[in-house]
Amino acid sequence: MSPKRSALRSAALPPRPALGPAPKIAVPTVAERTLGSGLRVAAVRRRGVPLVEIRLRVPFAGTAKSHLARSAVLGESFFTGTASHDAQQLAEAIQGLGGSLGASTDADRLAVGGSALAENLRPLLELLASTVTGNTYPADEVAGERDRVAEEVAIARTTPSALADEAVSHRLFGRHPYGRDLPTVTEVAAVTAGSLRTLHAQQVSPVGALLVIVGDVAPTRALDLAAQTFADWTAHARTPVTLPPVPAFVPGGIALVDRPGSVQTSLRVVAPAPPRDDPSYAALSLVNTVFAGYFSSRLVANIREDKGYTYSPHAGIMHADLASYLAVTADVATEVTAPALVETRYEMAKIAAAPVTQDELDAAGRYLVGTLALSTASQAGLASTLARLLDAGFDATWLRSHPAALGRVTVDSAHEAAQRWLAPAAAGTVLVGDAERIRRSVSALDTVDVVQVN
Amino acid sequence: MPARDAVTPPPLHRATLDNGLRVVVAPDTGRSAAPVVGVAVYYDVGFRSEPEGRTGFAHLFEHLMFQGSARVGKMEHPRLVQGAGGTMNGSTHPDFTNYFQVVPSNALELTLWLEADRMRSPAVTDENLANQVAVVQNEIRVNVMNRPYGGFPWILLPPVAFDSFANAHNGYGDFSELESSSVADAEDFFRRFYAPGNAVLAIAGDTDPEAALALVLKHFGDIPARRTPKRPSFAEPPLTAARRAEHLDPMATAPAVAIGWRAPDPAKQRQLHLATVVLAELLAEGDASRLIQRLVLRDRSAISVEAYLGTFGDPFEQRDPALLTVTAVHPSAVPVDTVLAAIQDEVDRIARDGVPADELARVHARLRAQLLRQVDQVLARTLQLAMFEQQHGRGELVWELPDLLTAVTPDDVRAAAARLSADSASVLVLQAGAAA
Repeated sequence: MSPKRSALRSAALPPRPALGPAPKIAVPTVAERTLGSGLRVAAVRRRGVPLVEIRLRVPFAGTAKSHLARSAVLGESFFTGTASHDAQQLAEAIQGLGGSLGASTDADRLAVGGSALAENLRPLLELLASTVTGNTYPADEVAGERDRVAEEVAIARTTPSALADEAVSHRLFGRHPYGRDLPTVTEVAAVTAGSLRTLHAQQVSPVGALLVIVGDVAPTRALDLAAQTFADWTAHARTPVTLPPVPAFVPGGIALVDRPGSVQTSLRVVAPAPPRDDPSYAALSLVNTVFAGYFSSRLVANIREDKGYTYSPHAGIMHADLASYLAVTADVATEVTAPALVETRYEMAKIAAAPVTQDELDAAGRYLVGTLALSTASQAGLASTLARLLDAGFDATWLRSHPAALGRVTVDSAHEAAQRWLAPAAAGTVLVGDAERIRRSVSALDTVDVVQVN
Repeated sequence: MPARDAVTPPPLHRATLDNGLRVVVAPDTGRSAAPVVGVAVYYDVGFRSEPEGRTGFAHLFEHLMFQGSARVGKMEHPRLVQGAGGTMNGSTHPDFTNYFQVVPSNALELTLWLEADRMRSPAVTDENLANQVAVVQNEIRVNVMNRPYGGFPWILLPPVAFDSFANAHNGYGDFSELESSSVADAEDFFRRFYAPGNAVLAIAGDTDPEAALALVLKHFGDIPARRTPKRPSFAEPPLTAARRAEHLDPMATAPAVAIGWRAPDPAKQRQLHLATVVLAELLAEGDASRLIQRLVLRDRSAISVEAYLGTFGDPFEQRDPALLTVTAVHPSAVPVDTVLAAIQDEVDRIARDGVPADELARVHARLRAQLLRQVDQVLARTLQLAMFEQQHGRGELVWELPDLLTAVTPDDVRAAAARLSADSASVLVLQAGAAA
């Protein structure tokens, strides 16, 4: 605060400490077993606290137009009744284990996450298995969940981030099932208990399903318990639905969703990205981090820390089973929408046109390796990370091989990845904002299509 | 209570430097789950202490603490921390402002050096002040102004429930007051509130406590001592009549309501405060809870219900006075008074009939597991350690809390519920401007 005084004093202060060698990160030992039904089970012992985390992932894609609304209500209704327990009994049983269990769905799968005191792993698995094999979807409970989902969908449709997600999915994937995240209120209202029973019978199958167990439990015991408790999950084993390939992405243009009165514009720039096993993935991860993947990035320095256009700009790479993509996100004050888009495209163009420095690359590399280690430091984090990895076809050694791949990226290979994947010419733009106030200024930059979120 | 699922708390190592900085270190016991360490600095000043005419200043100042310091350039702090493989952030609460990092354990000294430099002399300029005012305004737009239910209820309920400026005002601040802030205001705020004696430094995770304390002394030891502010009392007289206000949210499709009751003083009514924590869990955590069973699942008079203590939901981080808040978002077709009556009815039922032992045992199990789940995360553990050390003078509470809450009896919960009468409630009704 008072530069003169501190300048005098700083001469005697210890200099900035150098970093010692980075600590080694242990890769967890995963015990695995595939049950006769096809259910794959993976278990890791992680002490620390006497808890256990479980993650169940079941392929759940669908091509019918009604699938989105049905799967949303099915997720919410997953713990509302079995042959032996009604909704309240299920909730009380979960609570009594010191537990939680919740289900959600996306375009690829049904995902159940839960935890409990470690001593309660068996009853937790029994409860989950009883819903997977015996959900009854009581009509009255489903009606209640359906009405709640409809209210939540209505709320999402006035929430800028949800509208932007929906517009981004549509911009990337068009009429493919990946092109929608939000059902309409009308579609939700049409969901019946019978349709959920049918959907469950057809698609809640152990074929291709994955169960991950992480916590203060011996792995062989966890695998045995899973084999015992899920032994009955065989009756309706079917092959998972396969979605058609995603359409080719056509870059360019601005898709503008009008949200009258918006004091900010939700700015999104999207482009296809390589999957995790693509040779350019490590290089793109690094160069995207330098571009906008962390606070220390170029885009944050520009549109936040220099110009104050936005609070938290960010770019990330997302993966679905059939597609990976890159999304740049910035919520900018309405009056600076056009300049914020110019600067975002400028930073993309700059990183595509000229290589990053070795220092930028090294810092991004340490960040990605460090945060990967952090993401697996807790039981819950390890369970979620492992479930995603195993489900995408990798194993735990990815936690070692990916850092190694990051370490092999050079300034040149990073530049190549930036040219290919971060060029503004390869991307598309989505804006959710007050069309009357922003349309003219952004029309100077690109062709603008005003689109509806259906 | 048998300690069948207890965790062994690590031995805490403490020091108070000559300049008044309090330090607490919680090393991992046994083999560390990961070679990472958390570092948090808590300054004992939050938005309840900001002066009138300067709403939002405590939070703005938090942003300014990331703008560099005597030997650290703009953006250099995040670059050094992230470039070492770590993460960092800060946040502003009613009674404290915190700054925190989680880093690979080889970056502990670098992190301490960075925190020490900004505790010694942050570098605020006209330029970075103007820049961060713009950033904060965009933070307020994205979190409050441009979305449905923005500021509900944390900004909207306090002016109904409280009368003093400290308790009632908006901690995010008015745009005009943010814009008129000056470097002189920042210097004054720093001088008054950011003395080393007004801070707690916590370190948790993969670290050797003796080595860590030596590094703290090396980097913080010569920061000059300054006068520390007296902790103010924010006490207000109890409410003598119910209060009610309305707010029109033009973007909300479904109406909502928030009820605030003054919570017990955690310092003076500890058992009652702990019982209120258990009561909030019993009312609205999980599908088995009373209000979710009644309003959401049975009557379907609400879409969602929450109950929590403290402005941001941590029951221990706020000194008296604080609120126990119950919120409900409900269908337009259901009158708000039906929702309010059902909530009050469930509270009254607990006050009248008490809580069955088996239900309380389930609630204890869930609370215990959720607390342990927090302790398992190095960042949450570091933050809780600093908070309990500063606000309660006992970092050990991080590990003691599960047992303390499990010791809450049915009678305690009943007493906690009995305080929550309709005529001591402050109610904020949110009208849905975008209802179909």
